[in-house]
Amino acid sequence: MVSAARGNDFDVIIVGGGITGAGTARDCALRGLKVLLIERHDLATGATGRNHGLLHSGARYAVTDRESAEECIKENMILRKIARHCVEETEGLFLTLPEDDLDYQAKFVESCLAAGINAEIIDPKEALRMEPSANPDIIGAVKVPDGAVDPFRLTSANVIDAKLHGAKVLVYSEVTSLIKEGDTVKGVEVFNHITKQTAQYYAPITVNAGGIWGQHIAELAGVKINMFPAKGALLIFGHRVNNVVLNRCRKPANADILVPGDTICLIGTTSSRIPFEECDNMFVTPDEVDVLLKEGEKLAPSLASTRILRAYAGVRPLVATDDDPSGRNISRGIVLLDHETRDGVKGFISITGGKLMTYRLMAEWAADLVCKKLGVNQSCITMNTPLPGSEKENIDEISLKTWSKPGATHKATVGRHGARAVNIGLKDEYDASLVCECEEVSVGEVRYAIDELDVHNLVDLRRRTRVGMGTCQGELCACRAAGMLADAHKCTDRAKNDLKNFVNERWKGMYPICWGDTLRESEYSQWIYSGVCGLEGRECETNKAE
Amino acid sequence: MRFDTIIIGGGLAGLVCGIKLQKAGQKCAIVSAGQSAMHFSSGTFDLLGRLPDGTEVESPLEAMASLPAEHPYSVLGVEKVAEYAAQAKEFFAECGIKVNGDASRNSWRVTPTGERKAAWLTLGDFTPPASREEKIGNKALIINILGYLDFNTKFLADSFEKQGTECRIASIKLEEMERLRKNPSEMRSTNIARVMDRDGIWEKTADQIKTLIKGEDIVVLPAVFGLKDASVVEKLREAIGIKTMFVATMPPSVPGIRTQMTLKSEFEKAGGRFFLGDTVTESTADEKGQIRNISTVNFNDIRMEADNFVLATGSFFSKGLIATPDKIYEPVFGIDLTYNEGRENWFNTNFWKKQNYISFGARVDADLNASIDGNKISNLYAIGSVTGGTNALYEGCGGGVAIITALAAADRILEKK
Repeated sequence: MVSAARGNDFDVIIVGGGITGAGTARDCALRGLKVLLIERHDLATGATGRNHGLLHSGARYAVTDRESAEECIKENMILRKIARHCVEETEGLFLTLPEDDLDYQAKFVESCLAAGINAEIIDPKEALRMEPSANPDIIGAVKVPDGAVDPFRLTSANVIDAKLHGAKVLVYSEVTSLIKEGDTVKGVEVFNHITKQTAQYYAPITVNAGGIWGQHIAELAGVKINMFPAKGALLIFGHRVNNVVLNRCRKPANADILVPGDTICLIGTTSSRIPFEECDNMFVTPDEVDVLLKEGEKLAPSLASTRILRAYAGVRPLVATDDDPSGRNISRGIVLLDHETRDGVKGFISITGGKLMTYRLMAEWAADLVCKKLGVNQSCITMNTPLPGSEKENIDEISLKTWSKPGATHKATVGRHGARAVNIGLKDEYDASLVCECEEVSVGEVRYAIDELDVHNLVDLRRRTRVGMGTCQGELCACRAAGMLADAHKCTDRAKNDLKNFVNERWKGMYPICWGDTLRESEYSQWIYSGVCGLEGRECETNKAE
Repeated sequence: MRFDTIIIGGGLAGLVCGIKLQKAGQKCAIVSAGQSAMHFSSGTFDLLGRLPDGTEVESPLEAMASLPAEHPYSVLGVEKVAEYAAQAKEFFAECGIKVNGDASRNSWRVTPTGERKAAWLTLGDFTPPASREEKIGNKALIINILGYLDFNTKFLADSFEKQGTECRIASIKLEEMERLRKNPSEMRSTNIARVMDRDGIWEKTADQIKTLIKGEDIVVLPAVFGLKDASVVEKLREAIGIKTMFVATMPPSVPGIRTQMTLKSEFEKAGGRFFLGDTVTESTADEKGQIRNISTVNFNDIRMEADNFVLATGSFFSKGLIATPDKIYEPVFGIDLTYNEGRENWFNTNFWKKQNYISFGARVDADLNASIDGNKISNLYAIGSVTGGTNALYEGCGGGVAIITALAAADRILEKK
């Protein structure tokens, strides 16, 4: 075992608190390494939290990318076991519309079966019984083992387990430089955005898990990685139109997946190359909204009359192969780079590419290389080790332990935190009262998230608990939760500014679709927060941005 | 069914207009879909808090002269507005609603998060400071009802302390309130007010508060008292014995709902018909373009006829205006609106900046008549927030526009007789 002498010494430093970094931190911690995980914002703020939340069966890639398809179906089966509280086993359908080529179906099913995906052609009538919201004009349907996965919950569970195994986690901490001695990376210099202090941390290996931002981390090490930012826009609808994942049975294209998740469903995505500078400030264009709606309605016609809740976009961390700087030959698979052999920089590796679905495998590859470099002989156990919250007990058993909470609240809580819902205490009788009515989040759950889940502001709280994710988009709950954060952090100024940021962040997802009920809801928010509360006059950073 | 005037919309504007007409001898009906902006109001009405260029207004009547021509105040004429503003206070007094305030000088209400905003008329519950900076007292005791999340004592204390008031926070707990806790979403303002309205409860509350006072010169309480009538507010104030300041809570607004209910019953007492929970489905005009009748969901093929129609349906939130991806329209009569083409011109990407869509609305002339396809409809009036020409939220004039256009439209209708 590698020893760590000083307080700031670790076996491995992982940069990036998305699902890849969180998974790698957990894997390394389970193998007995002393781990430091560093994230410049909150956990799951990049591509991790900005996708479909689709538990891919791999069918989507079966025809075009066999390797990805095989990885997906294997990881799909593993996540159903180890992350059951983050996964919803919905099943999926690949629908052929009259405008699509039915001949594609045979090739599709053949490719799925070859990749180990259990794809089954069913009668369109049977498909409509399975999913009544599907377009009744379909001429073909294939059933596949798709599902839904909550990326926020999955990341949080990985981080909880890493911490349970001794990992240290720093959020809102940005790596400003890599500490190098000769051609070896010895550690990182980190600026903490909350304390405004700088600190150095040391480890024989630093793992770059920065996703699209990994290009910048690599530059700090003097290494070039050719990332190709590809934006994908999605729309969230106000309720679950479908309970089964709906896909188009054709070559992957725009807006051909409709996924149910928690209380909502979402359609996506588009795909467009964006300049690297835009990664930190993405917006959804009117054209993207129009395409998503037009195509989405073909999968489920009732989307036309369903309220749209939000629009958002993420960046896929695609990597060009080293001998292809033009980017024509972009790999969608996992990319693990050992910069010692590739670039002559020791103590530094990058894990990138891949997908939410294959995060565990990415983590396994990265942790294998870390162990090899450290001379540690420990093998990966994550494929068989349930994440915290998904231990053996089923929902009913957990519910028995949390029976004292009011019905709907405890269902929602158990759904979000799995077996760990038992840790959400009823410190006093007021813990049961609801902060967020849309998503049934109680005072107790908010307290638990603030105390245990690295919550620094309202947006973090939303990612851990769904506060403000419901149909009202934070109308009253945001103000209530801000009050609780003011108590926890003993700073009302910070809490009020935080409230302004939160409301503005919600608006960012609403203005691209601001008509109909979305505009009504926004006008109400305006009257509450600017009119009744008068927060618009309060000076803070949010005011300055145009 | 035949009326002299039918008003569509039962919020502040519709009710004020209906009461004035009914009391002047007209036979009126109000068709109302349900709740209105009063249900989440601050308990104050604003007249003008800010000019379109952002200049803060101290004296609304003086500042009105510099409003643009399309503003409803400018359309009516500043002198007329001053007259109606003076009438408004009497109007509320006659309805049994106590209001304070002065159109020549704004006061500054304390908001639920401790900010200050310009106010004109203030319900008797509230005692707004005269300026943005004025201290509320030397030592304040801020009291909440234990477990009530929509009144943020910390936010208030923080703001008061910045103005030099020493603050202490305490909470009270009442046995009678415990039943509300059985359901986790019951500890909300209106439910608390219903308990507080019961005999004996406000006395107990006052007793608890008195034992908590330790040298403070002012008590600050959430405005969750007096859902049915305002007298409990006065009784509580008297029983506490020292200066007591009520601060508006997050919605629903107890004083706002009380005011809405008082106005509604005033209208009905005067003989008006209030059709609650109904929606207008279509309207018929004669060959001259005059509106003849409307039909509603509940009355189906029984047409409602009138000489005059008043549109007081509010803006987007209350469906007085409807936005689709490419246009904005008024759903009852399809009247002419003022709005920007292209939805990218409807909003600012920063929530906290001025939002153009709030200024969209009906185009009205000096008679407050609406038009359809450019033709003035002389028996159709648009009042309150369905009218355009002002960003009522940014300018802080929503209450004033509602009350003043309502009184003015009633006058125009009465002048016709």
